[in-house]
Amino acid sequence: MIDTLRLTAEEAQRLIERGEVSGAELHRAYLDATAERDPELHAYLCTVEETEGGGVPIALKDVISTRGVETTAASKILAGYKPPFDATVAARCKQAGLPLIGKTNLDEFAMGSSTENSAYGPTRNPWDPSRVPGGSSGGSTAAVAAGMAPWALGSDTGGSIKQPAALCGVVGLRPTYGTVSRYGIVAFASSLDQVGPIAKNVRDCALLHRIVAGRDANDTTTVELPEPIEIPEAVDLKGLRVGVPKELNEAEGIEPGVSDAVNRTIELCRELGAEVGECSLPRSVEFGLPCYYLIAPSEASSNLARYDGVRYGLRVEDGDVRTMYERTRDAGFGDEPKRRIMLGTYALSAGYYEAYYGQAQKVRTVIRQEHAAAFEHFDVLVSPTSPTIAFELGARTANPLAMYAADLLTIPSNMAGLPGLSIPCGLSEGLPVGFQLIGRQFSENLLFRAGHALEQAIGFDVVPERLQ
Amino acid sequence: MNWEPVIGLEIHVHLKTRTKMFCRCEVAYFDPPNTHTCPVCLALPGALPVPNRTAVEWTILLGHALGCRIPERAIFHRKNYFYPDNPKGYQISQYDEPLCVDGSFVVPGADADHVVGIERAHLEEDAAKTIHVGGAEGRIHGADRSLVDFNRAGTPLVEIVTRPDIRSPAEAKAFLQLLRQTVVELGISDAEMEKGSLRFDVNVSVRPEGSDELRTRTELKNMNSFNFAAKGIEREVRRQVEIWESGGEVEQETLHFDPGNESAAPLRSKEEAQDYRYFPEPDLVPLEPSRELVESLHGDLRELPSARIRRLETDVGFALAEGLVTSGRDKLYSRIPGERPAVANVVMNELAALGLDPAAVDAEEVGKVIERRSEIPRAAFTEALAASASPGFSAETYLAEAAIADVGELDPVIDRILAANTQQVEAYRGGKEGLLGFFVGQVMKETGGKANAKVVNERLREKLRA
Amino acid sequence: MAISRAEVVHVARLARLALTDEELDRFAGQLDAILEAVGKVSELDLSGVEPTLHPLELSNVWAEDAPQPSLPVEDALANAPEVEDDAFRVPAG
Repeated sequence: MIDTLRLTAEEAQRLIERGEVSGAELHRAYLDATAERDPELHAYLCTVEETEGGGVPIALKDVISTRGVETTAASKILAGYKPPFDATVAARCKQAGLPLIGKTNLDEFAMGSSTENSAYGPTRNPWDPSRVPGGSSGGSTAAVAAGMAPWALGSDTGGSIKQPAALCGVVGLRPTYGTVSRYGIVAFASSLDQVGPIAKNVRDCALLHRIVAGRDANDTTTVELPEPIEIPEAVDLKGLRVGVPKELNEAEGIEPGVSDAVNRTIELCRELGAEVGECSLPRSVEFGLPCYYLIAPSEASSNLARYDGVRYGLRVEDGDVRTMYERTRDAGFGDEPKRRIMLGTYALSAGYYEAYYGQAQKVRTVIRQEHAAAFEHFDVLVSPTSPTIAFELGARTANPLAMYAADLLTIPSNMAGLPGLSIPCGLSEGLPVGFQLIGRQFSENLLFRAGHALEQAIGFDVVPERLQ
Repeated sequence: MNWEPVIGLEIHVHLKTRTKMFCRCEVAYFDPPNTHTCPVCLALPGALPVPNRTAVEWTILLGHALGCRIPERAIFHRKNYFYPDNPKGYQISQYDEPLCVDGSFVVPGADADHVVGIERAHLEEDAAKTIHVGGAEGRIHGADRSLVDFNRAGTPLVEIVTRPDIRSPAEAKAFLQLLRQTVVELGISDAEMEKGSLRFDVNVSVRPEGSDELRTRTELKNMNSFNFAAKGIEREVRRQVEIWESGGEVEQETLHFDPGNESAAPLRSKEEAQDYRYFPEPDLVPLEPSRELVESLHGDLRELPSARIRRLETDVGFALAEGLVTSGRDKLYSRIPGERPAVANVVMNELAALGLDPAAVDAEEVGKVIERRSEIPRAAFTEALAASASPGFSAETYLAEAAIADVGELDPVIDRILAANTQQVEAYRGGKEGLLGFFVGQVMKETGGKANAKVVNERLREKLRA
Repeated sequence: MAISRAEVVHVARLARLALTDEELDRFAGQLDAILEAVGKVSELDLSGVEPTLHPLELSNVWAEDAPQPSLPVEDALANAPEVEDDAFRVPAG
């Protein structure tokens, strides 16, 4: 009897190697778990019965193109679209023999922080189904947290792996920009999107990251990893310099319960042998959100222009071709994509480019420089991942700015192209709190090492209490 | 008041690379529809562009031929607009950091060199092909549906923008011909208008002669030949001059020409001013061509057509030189020995009309044919030229057979000549052997140049001896 | 006011979105609030700062001009809403 709630990917791999279970049996076990729990949680948009591979099954966020399997980005405009090709990360999973469990739910076009923007209905948090799992990779994190997948791939633009990982009490990595291929990933913001691993623990994340990471000739913005991915062993933080950026840790809107859990974890860093000190990112936090909400929608407004009903997806034909475009896009896009498309179109338009997009790209440079300066004295920067624990479904849907605030702490390092790991560090009001570790470019091994050591010391139980 | 035209050109040249600009589909846009597509050129979700290295190098090469500066860094921009032939909803192009800038192109003229400034040359991708059906066939107006074929989508395109330095329709035509020839000689494009691998638009305005103001200009689109363009420009210049002279103002607009009907007035369109919302392409990293690469490509340049016109001009005059070079026939001309203007004339007229493959022509032998032109019938001359492309052609043999060699035909003529020139016959028989030439000439005149000289010689000697 | 309703109408047209009046009203208010918030970036004097075009310092990434297999035409057309004669059919412009 496979306990999918507890089983890690690494353990599953060992079971397969010892011949105790086959990839197909595992695949069936996760499908069964999904049949049992997903009607309530709605983490999956579709599951896949027929699949190949004798390895550890995986769930893929529905922005990842999977040949012959519907890929919708949780939008009506891609209803029924079946890609004739695999995204590079999906192909690498296939090559590694990982059977596909299904495609997970997300905020439409990865735009959101709660998975409530899905055109196919929200996903619910396995810890408390009246609350959101976070977003936009809420389906992937909920699937892992609820034992419906041992591991999953998500995508992160403004925090869409880190934040839902925090809210669901699982581990998520947003990799250094350029280390994982975006080929075949439904694009949101090209200079920010990255695909990353979501799992129950840090070692599983490292194992999955090793499978998908590395330069891809089909994506010219990728590079070779400067060093191979190491699966972490060390359980101490000796020699590590941990920086605590004031602005990330004392930002307005951080709940006291979140602060407490994070501060306890910072103290734990000291106990494990790290040197802990304060630092400052004077403008990165204050200007991070505005910077992001100019650059990301601008790139998105252009990336979403291809959804026009001509070659694939929804078409609403009525009158001439221009009317077809307008009606198709109006019917096919939800509110959040529409808002961001209009915002981006405006920010790029004649007369406004310099003040908005142009200026935001300069702010981005400032953010990069501030982080680089902090990293001259520290090896890793830490903070809460999310200012709050999971909020209730519907609590922020009427107010876009309130929703955007969920990304306050994940956005700054994303703008700098830096990697970030979120690990669960405790509970507040019975709900998970995430601890964010930010590193220099290409410092994933260091993040895994630190995250693993902390994780072992914290001893967080990833299985939601109500599911035990 | 005298007016002068102010003309600028925007030319698009298809690069004949094997694969498309941003994906590795083959460029084969005459194949059955949608047989050369992939996620990238179909703009499927998640597709990403990968630049074609050869296209970049060829653009730099063209920049050199246009006398351009190659900046240290060039980037791609997105040009955003919606149209079914534009699958991404944006075209990957270049905006304020193109590959080539600030050049000049010399167009030799009969009187002087015209130097046309080149503002820029940049690299971009072509759109798909759309056929409009359901109305009058092929015409966009009255069509009820359009069919889109993405084979052409993504073909590498170089856009060349000139400064408004062109001052007449003839100069525009000369510029286009020379540019076309240059591009073909660089080996980077077939530049054929009928196949769509060369397209251009013209910007036209007028101003009082001698002034340097720039008045409102119109854009002329969809002209499908250089001649057509020259006529269209001429008509537009006249139209604008009339407007200014009658106290009106020229409106900025686009004029679409009907390629099927040269004499039709163009259609005016008040196109919405487009806001392309250019921004740097985030899916592509900058191009920073190394100075070694740039110099090495410069070293690959051969003598440019414009220089060759001036070189050939000293031998054959400007008109023939320009004709030879812009038609690409000067290589053949150079191979054929003989008097230069004579050879040039034959190459531009008879040989051109015959449409032979220049590589198959035996240049030495053709030279001989040309040399003997005055001696043989006109039809035989042309036939000899036509035959010169066949393997094993020999002028000597062919011409000998072409001339009238039948003694039965020649003897009566010779007899008549001798009978009519008894004094010269006496003189010859008296020792003036140089008069043989006179008799040969008379026979040739009588036969319209068709007699076989050798046979005539023999028969004359025979008969004069007697 | 960071953006007027008329500007929202214009932007919706540019973006090919056929919005209802109700949508326009709702979005206009929201976009105005968002633009106010993001307009904060103009508070910084960044005249000497270069924009960040890419997170990584990469250049000259390209591929050789060698063909790779294209999609079979059936795959290219498989998701097409309307096909005629192996081409993508759209209403006339």
